[in-house]
Amino acid sequence: MALDKKQIAQRIAQELEHNTYINLGIGIPTLVANYIPKGIDIEFQSENGVLGMGSFPYEGEEDPDMINAGKQTITTVPGAVLFDSAISFAMIRGQHVHLTVLGAMEVSENGDIANWKIPGKMVKGMGGAMDLVASAENIIVAMMHTNRAGESKILKKCTLPITGVKCINKVVTNLAVLAVVDKGFRLLERAPGVSITEIIEATEAKLIIDGEVPEMQL
Amino acid sequence: MINKEVTTIKKAIDGVESGMTFMFGGFGLCGIPEKAIEALAKLNIFDLTCISNNAGVDNFGLGLLLKRKQIKKMISSYVGENAEFEKQMLSAELEVDLIPQGSLAERCRAGGAGIPAFFTPAGYGTEVATGKEIREYNGKPHILETALTADFAFVKAWKGDTAGNLIFKGTARNFNPLMAMAGKITVAEVEELFPAGELDPNQIHTAGIFVQRIFQGEKYEKRIEQRTVRIRE
Repeated sequence: MALDKKQIAQRIAQELEHNTYINLGIGIPTLVANYIPKGIDIEFQSENGVLGMGSFPYEGEEDPDMINAGKQTITTVPGAVLFDSAISFAMIRGQHVHLTVLGAMEVSENGDIANWKIPGKMVKGMGGAMDLVASAENIIVAMMHTNRAGESKILKKCTLPITGVKCINKVVTNLAVLAVVDKGFRLLERAPGVSITEIIEATEAKLIIDGEVPEMQL
Repeated sequence: MINKEVTTIKKAIDGVESGMTFMFGGFGLCGIPEKAIEALAKLNIFDLTCISNNAGVDNFGLGLLLKRKQIKKMISSYVGENAEFEKQMLSAELEVDLIPQGSLAERCRAGGAGIPAFFTPAGYGTEVATGKEIREYNGKPHILETALTADFAFVKAWKGDTAGNLIFKGTARNFNPLMAMAGKITVAEVEELFPAGELDPNQIHTAGIFVQRIFQGEKYEKRIEQRTVRIRE
């Protein structure tokens, strides 16, 4: 069975490391915060100016002056701090944030990512994504393996305008966990019950498969 | 003490003209200068260049200026959530310069800090780098981004004093302190205005030197764009 969006987030949560600062993008990445493994201390940074982002507020306790980068109402955790946008991107550009999780429309085997523009159709802007992908040391992409027409979004080369070059490290899709390596994507894990053949069929990029590929443990 | 207080919105925005460049603080609808925008939307000034992280929504924030077609060019990082904006952009009525959010923040900061340009890795290898100088530092390519300034910067703070000092609340700070530095005339609107001396100097985020005019706005709407809540168990 291919994973749903919540399960993709759940699998990515297994990548979180103790004592790290993490930036979560909009969409599936936001859900990662719901699956933090026990015993792991982390702080979430949101690029609009908060470190130590907490969960959504209880109804009636929403504060219009307290939102995340997705413009959703949030709370803060003890030890949180607020700052302006230049300081926020100093944390990002200066590599003080350890991990970035973000969504993508396309990724390619040399580590490029496209997630900000579909020419002539959708132009919303890159927001903070270009700053994040240009500087983050570790980038995990959360995405569906194929588009609605069943075409692969894991490509040899991105067809959409790119957000960053040679920057992503890992991709978690509804079908597989992939690592960006020198000559393509290494298939690390497959979704429970999904065969290697199914993954090969859904992938346009070069896949490197060594021996047994374990199923994801959720 | 240099007194920056103006008593009416009319005096606060005195001198604005067609063709000028304005900066607006705020992220989404959080921390936007609601009162200045409302007042500008009533004037017959057009061909404006507006620098703002976002473009408001259809009937609030910068959406009000868009609806009256007062804006010629937007400089932003993210412009979703606004149908009127998308319509004007796709029909080429509106010129749009989309730039990475961190570069936007730093370009405003640089503009206020007297730094004409800087190198950043953000946008290298993308459309954003088109026509820009590229230089390698520490083995990594960077692109040259220039500073931004404005004829007027409109910012919003939580508390302020008559000397122009500002304190922001929550994530409503965002671009406000940076744009306050980059305006030739910076107009600050606050929810509460205090006589100079009543705010603790240790707690001030933006120094009054960056602010030329300050006024207290009334009845802030502070619209929430995405109300997300958790269920009580």
